[in-house]
Order: sequence, then C-alpha cells, then structure tokens
Amino acid sequence: MTEYFDPAKYEGWVCADCNIPLQLSKVDVSYLGNSFPVDLLKCPNCGLVLIPEELALGKMAEVEKALEDK
Amino acid sequence: MDQKQLREQENRCIQEQAPACTAACPAHVDARGMAAEIAKGDFTAALKLYRKAVPFPGIISRICDQPCKTACSRKDFGGSIEMAALERAALEFGALADEPVKRLPKKSKTVAVIGGGISGLTVAHDLARKGWGVVIFEAGDRLGGGLWKSPPDLLPRDVLVNDLKIIEELEIEVRLNMSVGGSGANGHGTFLGRLSEEFDAIFLGVGPHSSEIPDLQMNDNGQIAIDPLTFQTSNEKVFAGGDVLRVSTLHPNRELKHSAILSISDGRRAAVSIDRYLQKVSLTASRVNEGSYETKLYTNTSQTISQTPLLETDLSTRYNIEVAETEAARCIQCECLECVKVCPYLEHYKGYPKKYIRETYNNLAIVMGTRHSNQFINTCALCGLCAEVCPTDVNMGEVCHEARSTMVDQKRMPPSAHDFALRDMAFSNGEKFALAHSAPGLDSASYVFFPGCQLSGSSPEYVEKSYSFLRETFNNDVGLMLRCCGAPADWAARKDLFAQSQAEFYAEHEKLGKPKVILSCSSCYQMFQKHYPDVEIVSFWDVMNEHGKFTKKEFAAPITIHDPCSTRYESHIHDSIRDIITKMGGEIQELPLSREKTECCSFGGVMWLANRPVAEKMVQRRISESELDYVTYCAMCRDFFARKGKRTLHIFDYIFGEEKSDLAAAPAVGFSQRHENRARLKEKLLRDLWSETMPDSGAFESIRLVLPEDVEKQVEDRLILVEDMQKVIEYAERTGKRMLNNSTKHFLAYFKPNSVTYWVEYTKNDDGSFLVYKAYSHRMEVGIGASK
Repeated sequence: MTEYFDPAKYEGWVCADCNIPLQLSKVDVSYLGNSFPVDLLKCPNCGLVLIPEELALGKMAEVEKALEDK
Repeated sequence: MDQKQLREQENRCIQEQAPACTAACPAHVDARGMAAEIAKGDFTAALKLYRKAVPFPGIISRICDQPCKTACSRKDFGGSIEMAALERAALEFGALADEPVKRLPKKSKTVAVIGGGISGLTVAHDLARKGWGVVIFEAGDRLGGGLWKSPPDLLPRDVLVNDLKIIEELEIEVRLNMSVGGSGANGHGTFLGRLSEEFDAIFLGVGPHSSEIPDLQMNDNGQIAIDPLTFQTSNEKVFAGGDVLRVSTLHPNRELKHSAILSISDGRRAAVSIDRYLQKVSLTASRVNEGSYETKLYTNTSQTISQTPLLETDLSTRYNIEVAETEAARCIQCECLECVKVCPYLEHYKGYPKKYIRETYNNLAIVMGTRHSNQFINTCALCGLCAEVCPTDVNMGEVCHEARSTMVDQKRMPPSAHDFALRDMAFSNGEKFALAHSAPGLDSASYVFFPGCQLSGSSPEYVEKSYSFLRETFNNDVGLMLRCCGAPADWAARKDLFAQSQAEFYAEHEKLGKPKVILSCSSCYQMFQKHYPDVEIVSFWDVMNEHGKFTKKEFAAPITIHDPCSTRYESHIHDSIRDIITKMGGEIQELPLSREKTECCSFGGVMWLANRPVAEKMVQRRISESELDYVTYCAMCRDFFARKGKRTLHIFDYIFGEEKSDLAAAPAVGFSQRHENRARLKEKLLRDLWSETMPDSGAFESIRLVLPEDVEKQVEDRLILVEDMQKVIEYAERTGKRMLNNSTKHFLAYFKPNSVTYWVEYTKNDDGSFLVYKAYSHRMEVGIGASK
C-alpha cells in the first residue's frame, strides 16, 4: 500500500520506546477474515507500526467498505 | 414482515403501470412515450414506438376513434392530447430504416385467415412474422375490407395501399373472391370444415357481411361465441375477431360501430392464441391487461396548469413540426412517483419502490459477490412519509427495516453501518448515564419521567427543569429514568441489543412499581408504542399543555413548526405543541409538509451515519422550506438543522430558555459534548436530588485534552470522541508505545478500545494537558495475528 502514502514524508518518525527509526517492512493488515501483506513503517525492534492518516482515510477506508459489502 | 409481504409491497407499487392512454387503447400504443419523443423532436423514435403497437400505422392514424382521449389525464386541463394527429406527424416527419421486415424462420404449420379486413390482416401479419405459413381468403377482389368504405379525404387510397404492401413483403398468400359460409354442396362438408382439414388453425375475421358461420356455436345475442380471453370459438382450431364478433344474426341490419383500433387489438390477441395453439402451449397463461382496461397508475394533477392545443384538431388536421412538438409537450407524462417527490433519499437512487424492492431482494440473495444495495438499505430514515403519500401504502421504511433484519440474521450487515450509534446507545445505558430513581423521599413512583438520551445530550438543563415541573404537577410523585429507549438497536435491526436494553428497562420499571412513563422525546415515544405495549405511556407535551403555566414570550415574527417524523401519527402531540406555542403568544405558519406528512431531519434510521450526501440533501430540503425560524420538539432535529445554519429552536427554549439570548442561532452540540452533558446531568441530579455520587471514573478520564477549533471540527466530522482520544493518550503514556517525530517533537500513538483503532498526534503541555494536532481511525486490524 506504499502507493497510497509517501514513506519519505514519514522519515522523521522514530519508535519513541526503542529510539530506532521506523523502517518499511511487510505487515499483515486484515478485515473481516481477509488479510493482506502490505509495506508499512514499522519499528524493527518492538514491531510498532505506523498507519499514516492518508492511508487510513483513503485506501484502507475504501477496502473496508468493499469488504463489508462482499 | 416476511418475504411474502415484501413481495406484496413490491406488487403494490404502481409506478410501472401503464399510463391511462395506453391502458385505454386496445392496442396499447405507448402514447406517453411517443409524446415524449416528439416533444424533443425525435419523430423517428416516436414512429418506432407506434409501429411496434400498430402494424398499419398510416391507416390507423387516419381513422382511429382514439379511446386514449377519453382516458387522457390532460382531458380536463385544456383537452386530451391529440394522439392521432401526433401519430400522423410521426409518420410524416419520422423515417423507418429501409430494411426488410424482421420475421422468424419459416415453420411447417399453416393458418387460414378468412377475411381480408383489418383484424384478419393483423392476424396474418403477426403470424407470418412468427414464421407460420398464412393464407388469406377474401370474399372481395381486394384486401382491406371495410377500410375501403372510409371517405378518401380521411383515408387517402395511396396510404391504404401503401400500408397493405407489408402483406406482400411477408409473402402471405392471398386468395381473392373466396366466399365462405353456407354448407358445402353435393354432400361435401362446409367450407370451414374443409379448411379445417387443410389448415392447422383458422382465424375468422369475416367482417359484417357473414352473419351465418356454420359449425360454430353462437351466444344468446346471436353472435359467434368466443372465449373472451383467447378468442377461441367452440371449435378449438377456429378463432374469431374483429367486426364479426359485433354482428348479430338476431339483428342483421343493426348498424355496426366499427373501431379499427379494436379490430387491430382483436387480431393481435387472436394471433397470440393461434401462435400458442400451434406451439401446443397454454393459451391462457400470463394473459393480463389485454385490450382496453383501466390503469392503476396514479398521476397527481394538482399542479397541472390548463393548456389547449395550438390548433383545433380533427382526424384530417395536419401538424407541422413545431405544432406537433408543442402538442406533444402538452402531455403530462403520467407517472406516480408521489413518494420520490417528497423524499430526497428515494430520489437520490433514481428509481422508485418497485425497482428498489426488487434490488433489495436481489441484494439479500447474493452469496458470493458485492452487495451493491447495502448502503441503500441502511440509508432509509425509516420515517414512513413514503407510505403516507403513497396511493397504495407502499412503505420503504418497512422494506428497508426488514432487509436490515435479514442482513443481521445472515451476518452480512456491514459492521461500520450502525456501530457509532450502537456505541452511543451503550454509553447511554452504561453507568455514566443510566439512572432509575423514584422521586426524592419516595420509594416508588406513580409516574416516571423518561427524557431520553438526546435531550440530555443537547440541553441537560431542560431535563432538570422539566423534571421539576413534573414533580410540581404530580405532587412530587414522579421518578426519573435516564437511559436510551433502544432506537439505535431497532434501526440497526439488532434484536439482541434491543432485547437487552428492554430487559434492563423492565427490571428498573418493575422496581419503581410500574409507573406511567412520561416521554418527551418523539423517538422514545415511537419505540415505546412499538415495543412496550404493556407499559402505560404519556406524552410530556400533553402533560405540559394541560398543566403548564405559560407566560407570553417575545416573538419577533411568526414561526413555523417542524414535527419530528416519529410523531407522524401522534396528532395529539402535534395539537399540544401548537397549543403551547399559541398560549405563549406565538403565531404559527405551517410548513407545506407537516403533521402526518412531516419530513425527517436525516437522523432517523441513522441515515446521517449511513450516507452523508443523502443526509445532506434531506436536511437541506427541509430547512429550505421556509425562511421563518423553525420550532421543533426533538433535540436531534434541532441540532441537525442548527448545524446547517438554519435558525431553529427547541420548544423548551421558549418554555425554559433565557429570553435575552438568541437561542435560535445557538450552535449544535457535538457528539463528545453530548456524552459529557449526559454524564454531568446524572452527576448533578444524583448530588442535588438524591445526595449520591457517581461511580469512579476510568483512568483515561483524567487525561485533559486541548483541541484547537479546526481539530475539534475534524474529530467531530470523523466521529472520534474525546474519550477515544483520551484512551489513546492514556495507553501511550502509560506503556510508552508511541512514535516520536524528531523534528516536530509530536507523538503519534494508537489504541483500539473497540472495533475501531484510533490514532492521535499530540504533544504534552507544561500544565500536564495534551495538545491534539490530529486524530483519525480505521477498522482494519494491523500486525501479527491480524489475519486471525
């Protein structure tokens, strides 16, 4: 889903707990029993994941709606 | 309501019924469609429609007796549409493609058509196009029968001859000078008998001359006896139609009233029977509305303005293009759409109930694939205005509610559709708001006031004041019950959640000694009517009207009343509200749609959650119906109108409000504030009236938020509550699970307190409060195990 947000825009974010920059990696996102591996910014140490606002309100909302009507 | 009743609702919608003109025309010419095409200048499209119903258009357009005109809805508004003149214009200015007549492949069976008049020619035409072999037997020396008796200036002979060319094109064999009737000589059978052996079926369209047809039974009037549905005679392979049906052996000289269009219709209907007879299928199955009939279509002409044709018109009048277009534009274009005209929701989806109900079934039947009507089903406000204005009482609210119920049973209700409203209900029935007490100092109650959750959310001070008024009125013997009536669960068709809420109510009601319930919210009133038949209820407004002491108020101008849609059939409440306003000195100007015809503000059925663009149209329509200040008696109607900038008062603003402040312009109360107001109301009432304290707060409630105005608007719009954001920050601060932006020093954290994950970007202020920059949410789950 990196095409739905710009990872460069989130370069300044670090995991506050681990003090490590977030890195793009494959993360499972799922809804109503459907799962998709997507590239998201994630703390390589503790696994904290960042969902950008434009992804949550854009593609994710769209997929949620589509899956709810399936 | 079950599937059968849904079907029954679908069948009751009359929008697809034929217009009066088409129903009255025995050949069912689509006069409405033709007029629409001509009005926009498309004479060719009109001609196609005409040709479809009438095989001999030139002839009929010149001699038709136009039964459509007696049925036309325009009749009393300047005169019926001059249909035959428009038909002639279609022939003159339209053009059919120069291509051979379409016909099915030739079949082996053959039909004898006796009589070359218009009914026989129609039968021959229709059956030849179906591929059957056809032979016409005509007593005279040319085809056309009685048509040749029409005055030539009315029916020019070239028109007649030209229209009949199609018989030749269809390769129909014509045997002229062949008279039928009488018995065969020299021991031969009758002519009919002999044809029966040679042909597979026979059509008798012998016109007014043959009064003696042997071998066939006659009826009591001396006419050939036929089955009125199939045109079949007493001989199963012989069918009859046209003028022969209208001559009588008992009155051979009685002048025959000839109707060419009726003969066409007879011919068409007989041809259908003969075709079915030859195919050996049922002659009678699915044969409805053949010939002239009265349509069930309702057309509202209350706004129709009288308009006469440009030209005085008879069967010899010729229109030019402009006159024809003007005449066609006079057509009312009959249709019902009474419900669609008053409901922006039904209008939005560009259909009408019959179509919508069909789509709804189809939607519910989908096993694999996308259910495109889910949003349609969840958008309905369930307000019942459609049924109120419908000539046949079709209620889309009942249909959509039933469909929601099926979706819940099928586990196919989109989880997001009603979630927010159901969580609001859970809040109101939780410890922050729910309360049931007899009056201070009493152990039981004769009455209990049930103000509902939304008035408590919008104007908690009015709940306090109205509760005081009730205790004064009923000698203090009024308890108080704060909770939700269950409307969100009913609208979501969540029977389980409704039953749970209902059980909680009954338990508390029992403890109070089963008092009469005084309801100020119209949605609560509706829910109690529907789901609590054994509980005695009273409208607060009826009590107020009877016992209230009203003082004259300052009314700068007349006001108008918006009745909440849930009061639709509670005329006693409508009356009480109007009485109260009048007693306070208000002058009322009614909206065009009020009382039983009132409209929904878009809160009903959770339309506002399911479909914001439609909800917007709904509320805009309502607030633009009058320039005057609106007065209503539902907290949600008031806030929904106020949110869109319409000056609106709750009637409590007059009764209990500060007279000096401009309450009509007061802003709507946001969702977070509604929770806050409910909780504070409970806390205050507990403390002031019963000397009790609220249960302990959750840890998250100590998180103090600072929301800049734009953020406050953003979270309201995104349905994110203060308590959701408090939970995110409390979790992040407690666990350290948060992200930090090194340049802005903002934190970003998330938490999933329910089915939704909330995100908050924030910084901590020196005073310990948290400044919020943005908040957003999603329902998808993230991370390890998300797929489980």
